[in-house]
Amino acid sequence: MTMGGSRHFAPWQLLAVLGAAAVAAFLISLATGPAGLGINAAGEARLLIFREIRLPRAILGALIGGALGLSGAVLQGYLRNPLAEASLLGISSGAALGAVLAIQLGLSQLFALALPIGGLIGALAAMFAVIALAGLRAGAIAMLLAGLAVSSIATALISLVLNLAHNPFASVEMVFWLMGSLADRSLPQVWLAAPLMLAGMAILLLVGRALDALTLGEDAALSLGIDLAHTRWAVIVGTALSVGAATAVTGVIGFIGLIIPHALRPLTGHRPSLLLPASLLAGAGMLLLADAALRLMQPWVELRIGVLTALLGAPFFIWLVLRTRRELL
Amino acid sequence: MRIEANALKATLKRREVLQGVDFLAEPGELTAVVGPNGAGKTTLLRTLAGLLPATAGSVTLAGRPLGEWTSRMRARVLAYLPQERIVNWALTARAVVALGRLPHQPIGAGESVSDARAIEAALAAMDVCDLASRPVLDMSGGERARVLIARALAQEARALIADEPAAGLDPAHQLTLFAQFARLAAEGRTVVVALHDLSLAARFCHRIVLLNAGRSIAAGAAPDVLTVEHLAAAYGIEGRYALIDGLPVVLAHNVLP
Repeated sequence: MTMGGSRHFAPWQLLAVLGAAAVAAFLISLATGPAGLGINAAGEARLLIFREIRLPRAILGALIGGALGLSGAVLQGYLRNPLAEASLLGISSGAALGAVLAIQLGLSQLFALALPIGGLIGALAAMFAVIALAGLRAGAIAMLLAGLAVSSIATALISLVLNLAHNPFASVEMVFWLMGSLADRSLPQVWLAAPLMLAGMAILLLVGRALDALTLGEDAALSLGIDLAHTRWAVIVGTALSVGAATAVTGVIGFIGLIIPHALRPLTGHRPSLLLPASLLAGAGMLLLADAALRLMQPWVELRIGVLTALLGAPFFIWLVLRTRRELL
Repeated sequence: MRIEANALKATLKRREVLQGVDFLAEPGELTAVVGPNGAGKTTLLRTLAGLLPATAGSVTLAGRPLGEWTSRMRARVLAYLPQERIVNWALTARAVVALGRLPHQPIGAGESVSDARAIEAALAAMDVCDLASRPVLDMSGGERARVLIARALAQEARALIADEPAAGLDPAHQLTLFAQFARLAAEGRTVVVALHDLSLAARFCHRIVLLNAGRSIAAGAAPDVLTVEHLAAAYGIEGRYALIDGLPVVLAHNVLP
């Protein structure tokens, strides 16, 4: 049955392999850090390191990587464009703007959760702006254009806030936050973001069927009984909850939503519905491993995870452009 | 399943494309929708299939107004084949045909035995079994068209509405396609096809609906619809309906001044 290298695995085999890899990455992330496995630390200190530092970091890494991979796969399927990812909808720039404002207004000095809450409000505001701009019955293209408009406005406002930042410490904090990081996140931040991310991912996982039908275009999908209005709402709300909450806690982490679905697509026989859980698992695994690699590099260089994913993602993007150009010739 | 429309009006981009069309397709019959470019054939089919809301008039499926059908119920009894042959990802032919089974599958369920049987039957009916494991994007236009028709057949609906399914097919595959449609009609299904080849329509279709400028100007059996006057009025051609070896042929002699 297999031809043209399109499918080598049964769906459950692919998901089992990716799931096992994600679990392994989670354990690696738990075991990685300046204190090693914490063998030398005393019992109480060891517990503290695991519970207060490594566990939140690993849980967030898994959830956020999963949210980014899944939302990328959903948006590529919905917009039927392999270059789509969550940042195109303006959700992550909205979250970034909200967080930067929380720093600028001094709210993050008042209480620790002000930053992620600001990010969440920003993500939701961006979502409503996209819906208002695109209209309730928008097609994929109208939604994409509205997302780009909201994204550029939010980016411009972020620059404005940075420009007007009242003291150098605040601007350094903002710039670092924008680079994205999983470091020093606490359990309260996990409790704030995790339910929203899980709800968003659950919504996104339900659109697989609609995405399969959309392979044949909107008319064929409608005739197959797919409710496209319902699908559009699920895509927007699911992305806003999962990526909005993710960005609110960790800052901007790019390219995972672009690379993961693209790399996995041939292994899923190009089926959008199978690509969703596969991208979720692989996204989680990839972000956990990237974050663990950062911690191993730490003695020599202090690198932010958003910078690392961008450094790895951009060359991949260039390769994608070159391959597309070759296919067009 | 009878498909009926009365005084149907529909608007695209503020232009009234259908200006009060009456339409009837009976089960057990192959019904053709013909007419010049821009006459409203695609808009009529999309409105009948519930993809475009009517601005006035009514559509009923099996006697029930279209609005009373949920999209899922409708998808189980009515298959629609769009004119544009869109396949966005590099799915294999079999995976594309399997999409026709979506309305029959509960959410989260995989392919059942009856799904597999319907898929294999549809692949065989369109002569694409050999292409089953090839990506559709790598196929020729005619091969892709046949795979997409097989997708609609796999839906196993009581009614099939197909927009220009024969376009781009070679003569042999056009004949097998219409023989297939005739077989579906003989099983008691309702088949509605938009097409440009008037000879194919005359030969295979029990009923022909001739559209012009958003109105139905004639409907009935081929000899009554494809008359010299109607061809002149709708297409602006000097045409003739004739029999060669007992089979109907429509000849277009000249464009009328």
